[in-house]
Amino acid sequence: MRRILNYLVARLLLTIPMLFVLLTLVFVVLRVMPGDPVSAMLGGHAPEKVIQEKKELLGLNKPIGAQYLDYMAQLARFDLGKSMILDEKVWQPIAGKLPATLELTVCGLIICLGIGIPLGVRAARRRRSGHDFGIRLYANVVYCIPVFWMGLMLQMLFGVFLDLFPISGRVGSRVISGEFDKTGFYILDTLMSGRFKSLLDVLYHLVLPAVTLGITLSGVFVRLTRANMLDVLKADFVLAGRARGVPERSVVYKHALKNALIPIVTMLGLQFSALLAGAILTETTFSWPGMGRLLLERIYLRDYPTIQGVVVVYALLVSLISLIVDIVYAVIDPRVKL
Amino acid sequence: MDTTRLGPEPQAAKFSPSAGLAKLLGRFSAAARRYRMEWWILIAGILVISLIVFMTLFPRIFTTFSPLDQNAGAQLAKPSLAHLMGVDNLGRDVGARMVYGARTILGVAIAASLLSALIGIPLGLISGFAGNWLDKVLSLVMDSVYSFPGLILAIAFAAMLGPGVINITLAVSVVYIPTYFRLVRGQTLSIKEELYVEAARAIGARRSVILAKYIFPNVIATVVVVFSLNIADAIMTEAALSYIGLGLPAGIPDWGMDLSMGKKFLPSGVWWMITYPGLMIMMLALGFTMLGEGLSEILNPRLQEY
Repeated sequence: MRRILNYLVARLLLTIPMLFVLLTLVFVVLRVMPGDPVSAMLGGHAPEKVIQEKKELLGLNKPIGAQYLDYMAQLARFDLGKSMILDEKVWQPIAGKLPATLELTVCGLIICLGIGIPLGVRAARRRRSGHDFGIRLYANVVYCIPVFWMGLMLQMLFGVFLDLFPISGRVGSRVISGEFDKTGFYILDTLMSGRFKSLLDVLYHLVLPAVTLGITLSGVFVRLTRANMLDVLKADFVLAGRARGVPERSVVYKHALKNALIPIVTMLGLQFSALLAGAILTETTFSWPGMGRLLLERIYLRDYPTIQGVVVVYALLVSLISLIVDIVYAVIDPRVKL
Repeated sequence: MDTTRLGPEPQAAKFSPSAGLAKLLGRFSAAARRYRMEWWILIAGILVISLIVFMTLFPRIFTTFSPLDQNAGAQLAKPSLAHLMGVDNLGRDVGARMVYGARTILGVAIAASLLSALIGIPLGLISGFAGNWLDKVLSLVMDSVYSFPGLILAIAFAAMLGPGVINITLAVSVVYIPTYFRLVRGQTLSIKEELYVEAARAIGARRSVILAKYIFPNVIATVVVVFSLNIADAIMTEAALSYIGLGLPAGIPDWGMDLSMGKKFLPSGVWWMITYPGLMIMMLALGFTMLGEGLSEILNPRLQEY
């Protein structure tokens, strides 16, 4: 137990240099290049005096080095600062939007694995057959479909032509927004308060975005599963299982797949950043009120602190997932010790 | 050193173009017999890419319309014999925009990948070869960027640089520098332990010579495969940036921009404005992916799929 705790602390400390590098990069990109929040806010025609006063107030006329040190000192106190455009703390909009993004990514991931792993297993079992060829073709084609185009096509087919699913937002207009104050995760909120009608409405809105995200990323997992299954199916224990007369189904799904899943779990950590990137585009397509939309809105407004805050949260998310992946890895593979 | 491991063949440092070509062709024809499926994937990829490259070179063969001319009165006309892919909301021929848009996206994707390779490969070589504090710092920076969703960085760069062909190229290339860096650094680390590198060092070859003539030629084979896959990725990143509205000024035909325009007319059932640009992006990306996949299986048959 103690060893695990030490490991966790060490891992968390390791994310600090990563955060530092990313924030420095974003900080430099934001400040060095043209455009600033004051002109974005007041428009081009504001008198020079007003602009200077506003800059003074926001601390924008200090040298960049001083601004940087100020910001880092602030972060070290776990303070993301205040928005430069709106009268709010940076964490406020983030706390409101993060659950939406997480709900979308988690559902997308479930669909992605639900499609990717079975198809990959099938392709590996029927290596170099028509099935294999078809599934690999699917994986390649799906990998090359831009996630936003997939979203648009699903919207067109199922939203506009067949009129089956809504094409934007998280809930319909008939649902009262007050129901979602507890966690911000609409599925959890409706489940906890037992409003199943609202839950259905939430799920109904989630179908198209989650399927969009799930399908486009499933290609990677088909290929991963196939490659790993091919390796594992060659192993001696598979041959031994077959020789003992274990049914083929159980050899493949119980013995082989369990072992093939280990490298897939590690890849999951890396693919999570692709998932987040896909979520930004899916949010744009489906008007999904998440972190990606927040980022884009604030980039147009040049709201530096909020943009930096969003970057911090994304980076923390990525590190958190890779930490969870490492722990899961150690749990499912008894050979690994943390 | 572990001598049982089969490393890359210790190739002569001298490179003769004709012998190299013969060897490459020999590998291809041997591969054609051994890997039939991969062979066809390679050919299909080359065909798709050549078709689109041909389109960028001779657009007039494919369409008689201009991508920017607004045909009055024909706004949002359905695909017909006159306009095979329909007309957009400003009265522009969608087919012509597809043909001329290929130039933009292909140019940006290839330029961005080249730029990332030109920055990432030397850094990776130096970092892997030197292996001192420089390696530690560079690896930290590159790993941080690599593990982070690249699109966010590209968005930040593109937004700050403003619209423009060169700006979007820069924004896309930032995302892929770590890819080359990590690949080349890893290869360099393992190759520098090879016997032939040690031999070169023993006969007194300078460090720069070892890097350029012994390590670099052995690294480049994997880079070729990754380069092709990278272009496919860069195509989608470019499209994503211009879909978000951070890409190009309005006068340049661009598939990503066409998609975001078509999105507004989607609820009224205008399917042609969004179907064709997406199809084109997919085809182009697919072409480069197939090229990369085919090359990877044929050139490095022992390389695991990743």
